[in-house]
Amino acid sequence: MKTGISTDVFDTAVLRTELRLFRREPGALFWMLVFPTLLLVILGSIPSFREADAAYGGLRPVDAYVPVAVLLGLTVGGLQGMPQVLTGYRERGILRRMSATPVRPAALLSAQMAVCGGAALVSALLALAVGRLAFDVALPGQPVGYLLALLLAVLAALSLGAVLSALSRTTKIAGAVGSAALFPAMFCAGVWLPVQAMPDLLGRVVGWTPFGAAAQALNEAAAGDWPGWSHLAVLVAWTVLLTAAASRWFRWE
Amino acid sequence: MPVIEVTDLRKSYGGRPVVDGVSFAVEEGEIFGVLGPNGAGKTTTVECVEGLRVPDAGRVRVTGLDPVADHRRVAEVLGAQLQQSELQAKLTVREALELYAALHPKPADWRPLAERLGLGPMLNTRFGKLSGGQKQRLFIALALVGDPRVVVLDELTTGLDPRARRETWQLIEDIRAGGVTVLLVTHFMEEAQRLCDRIAVIDRGRVAALDTPAGLIRRSAGATVISFTPSAPLEEADLRALPELASADFKDGRVTLSGTDETVNAVVTLLARTRVTAHQLRVTDTTLDDAFLDLTEATA
Repeated sequence: MKTGISTDVFDTAVLRTELRLFRREPGALFWMLVFPTLLLVILGSIPSFREADAAYGGLRPVDAYVPVAVLLGLTVGGLQGMPQVLTGYRERGILRRMSATPVRPAALLSAQMAVCGGAALVSALLALAVGRLAFDVALPGQPVGYLLALLLAVLAALSLGAVLSALSRTTKIAGAVGSAALFPAMFCAGVWLPVQAMPDLLGRVVGWTPFGAAAQALNEAAAGDWPGWSHLAVLVAWTVLLTAAASRWFRWE
Repeated sequence: MPVIEVTDLRKSYGGRPVVDGVSFAVEEGEIFGVLGPNGAGKTTTVECVEGLRVPDAGRVRVTGLDPVADHRRVAEVLGAQLQQSELQAKLTVREALELYAALHPKPADWRPLAERLGLGPMLNTRFGKLSGGQKQRLFIALALVGDPRVVVLDELTTGLDPRARRETWQLIEDIRAGGVTVLLVTHFMEEAQRLCDRIAVIDRGRVAALDTPAGLIRRSAGATVISFTPSAPLEEADLRALPELASADFKDGRVTLSGTDETVNAVVTLLARTRVTAHQLRVTDTTLDDAFLDLTEATA
């Protein structure tokens, strides 16, 4: 739907509403906010996960799983949460209804991104805090680099979610595509095998994916180094590419 | 200046013209009906008025503004109730009213509006739990909460039971009494006849007629129908020769004639002259239904 140039792409009343509605979704709250930290707690309760392991470069597995838990919330939110909500809004004419007001339906899109991105950050902080308090995992040695890598990862996840929302015509398709993409994304983020423990070639291939690059950047910053520019560049490149694709293909109805 | 002006509007989908040269003007304070069969192009027409679609050709003005180029200012003066749109299922009535009030620069106070529409007892009910009639009342409230000069109501009463429909009609009359111009899209004749000051009958993307409901009825051939069972057989030739007769039907001893008041007078005279009694005599005006069928068939 072309309705001229949009300047009203953000609205605080819409954001407040979307935040309120997000809090009413127990499923989204659990998978985005609780599940990543819960996984960390479960893995951390296994005694062998609390012993230093040469395969992890001398780290304990639980140390390596904190960045994984940090990425998990935004992976779930970007691939499953946001596309489901936005395709539902399109399917049920909620975006259309909003376009008959002085505010653009883009305000709903930006509010969803803000809520989803915010929840991903809260989820990340929770994982870091629980890791520190329960399992004595050191806080990131390079906090600024860590935050930068995390923010870029959130942007990449949101743009990926926007592409899924653009390409899925129904919530059913969004659900199927989101689930199909979730497992490779979680693999790249290191849910089954943290990237440090992956064989060299696999690690390098995974480093070209958004979540793999994010995992490597977070690991470097956690160890106290500035995250590699190549990893950050991969994240930025994905974000630019995916955002362009989403704005090219997104339909309001 | 008319509140809404549509001039030679055209819109095609995939090469198929859906709106093919529609023109009409809605004056301040009237209830203007857009009536037509399903797929006639009614909704596309009003979506161009609402700025939801960009016309291929023609001119649309709402209070002198272009709904596409001036979307924001048009949305401030025009409230819309859309066909087949919903709200977030877990949003309560109160939250929906507060949200939509916040989206407009000078909103009406939503509390008295909600009371007037009977939404008072369900302010804390979630949208997903409302009945069809309650949802429609909420959509009317959302269309009015921006304090508009004109509202567009598209198939508002479709899917409502007869009681809820009549209540909604009263609400529409109240809206107009409150000084708001109404553009009403419907395919219910009774609704158009009862509510509208003027009606544009749209058929296959064109305006087939534009008149008051009474005017539309008068236009149709055989606007008056007289039927009776004669006590003795009448000469069919005499009946066929009646002035301004549009149609005649003889079945099971019952005579049904349509024409004008002139035809009716001549029938009465004929009966008196032949001393025939008319049993079960009925004289009725044709409804907008018949007029509508005439108008839309004429282009077939």
